[in-house]
Amino acid sequence: MGGATDIQLIVDGKRLDGRTAEQLRNIKIQVGMIPEAEGSAFIEWGGNKVLCGVHGPRQCLPKHMANPYKAVIKCRYMMSPFASLEEHGRSGPSRRSTELSKVIKEVYENVIMTEQFPNTQIEMYIDVLQADGGTRTASIAVAAVALANAGIPMKDMVSAVAVGKGGDQLIVDLGKIEDNFGQSDVPLAMSARNKDLLLVQMDGLLTREEIEKMLEMAEKSADEVHKLQVKALKDHYTGEKEEEFKL
Amino acid sequence: MGDEAKQLVMSHIRKDLVKNLLDDGKRLDGRKFGEYRPVEIHKGVIGTAEGSALAKIGETMVLVSAKFDVATPFPDRPTEGVFMMNSELLPTASPRFETGPPREESIELARTVDRAIRSSEVIDVKSFFIEEDKVLGLFMDIYVLNHSGNYVDTATLAATAALTDLKLPKIENAAIVRGEYSGKLEPKVLPISTTLIKIGNHWIVDPTLTEEQVTETRINIATTEEHVCSMQKGEGSLNKDELLANIDIAFKKGSDIRKILLS
Repeated sequence: MGGATDIQLIVDGKRLDGRTAEQLRNIKIQVGMIPEAEGSAFIEWGGNKVLCGVHGPRQCLPKHMANPYKAVIKCRYMMSPFASLEEHGRSGPSRRSTELSKVIKEVYENVIMTEQFPNTQIEMYIDVLQADGGTRTASIAVAAVALANAGIPMKDMVSAVAVGKGGDQLIVDLGKIEDNFGQSDVPLAMSARNKDLLLVQMDGLLTREEIEKMLEMAEKSADEVHKLQVKALKDHYTGEKEEEFKL
Repeated sequence: MGDEAKQLVMSHIRKDLVKNLLDDGKRLDGRKFGEYRPVEIHKGVIGTAEGSALAKIGETMVLVSAKFDVATPFPDRPTEGVFMMNSELLPTASPRFETGPPREESIELARTVDRAIRSSEVIDVKSFFIEEDKVLGLFMDIYVLNHSGNYVDTATLAATAALTDLKLPKIENAAIVRGEYSGKLEPKVLPISTTLIKIGNHWIVDPTLTEEQVTETRINIATTEEHVCSMQKGEGSLNKDELLANIDIAFKKGSDIRKILLS
């Protein structure tokens, strides 16, 4: 986030990839491609490719971490070393991935009905295979589908989208360049029905009025993402359009 | 009963206590819902660093130091200086903190404060260029010395205060001349963080440790004089109206604390 940008993010009202301010990138979701996992899903969101597998509920280990009132949610978000167009990254957890694992876990603690599974753990493994800006929102969106595929009861479906500011304009679903050279990035996750905010992060500089407008834009876009999530699940269970898993 | 089970039972009792009090419009320590504990700032406490400050909010105490080194720029920003924020939850600060590699709380703290400072543009990293492949690196370390709740606001305050204390190093032959300075940073904006938590139907600012332990929703909102410069939601959820109302409170509290910092 540099404030002043050297890159023109909006030219003739269009963004670098030709989108309008409120237009999402193409999103494709596949369900259930990992038979050994309780639930799984894969999302292609623009140039992002994110895989999520869910295990559990199963016995919580180590045992002293178990909660006699509810299930413990564990989330591991990881960026593959080959996910970025530039250098070969380091394997394993980074400070960034540790933080993201935490905030994604905190999204799902609000919706998973953990009280139904005392003393157990529910594990979410999220692997970013290809990154193009907005991996945390893509991760949250794909995790909701994987959890549904695992049959884990949730109070509501969860949808996610980032809103931000680039070229002095409010935009939804920031791509990598917009994320790197834009003025602000506000990744949000919300419950589908009552629009409770489950993830709120922000960097850059924004006024209160801009944030208010962004929240409205985010609700609209999150609804679109939600529809795609539901469609992917329906297609999977009705057996319609069951394609072979394609990365 | 094992320790974990005891903790669980205690947290239910504490939650009832704190929540019932809030229902009567009261907090355990007698503060109003929108009231901070006393704020204290001591600048220049570390002589070996170019900038430093100790901030206290109530009994919570955080030291932040800012130290310069010559660094290699990131490949995608070859003319910009490097800015790094690290944090240590010292085991001495709380019986809940342990030695060993940083836990997720510590990483979240460092990254939350980092975003507030970086986004506010209080530091102009472009002015940190020395020569090709050489820039100044500003390394800030957060040391949580005592944790009685709300270390995020305390750490952000200490970090901003350390920047108001920051001396810029003198550079000769692309190296830092230690102990000699070319001026001061003189910040144009002062980012301040405000933490709000929700218990029952009540939002309160600056939670104590006991209040934090029974938090349902937590959000940190950092503001400059005119802008929101960072937000980070912790556990729980909130709706749009609550977020906007909290932003208003954060602007107000930020301005109050900024006055203390400037006095």
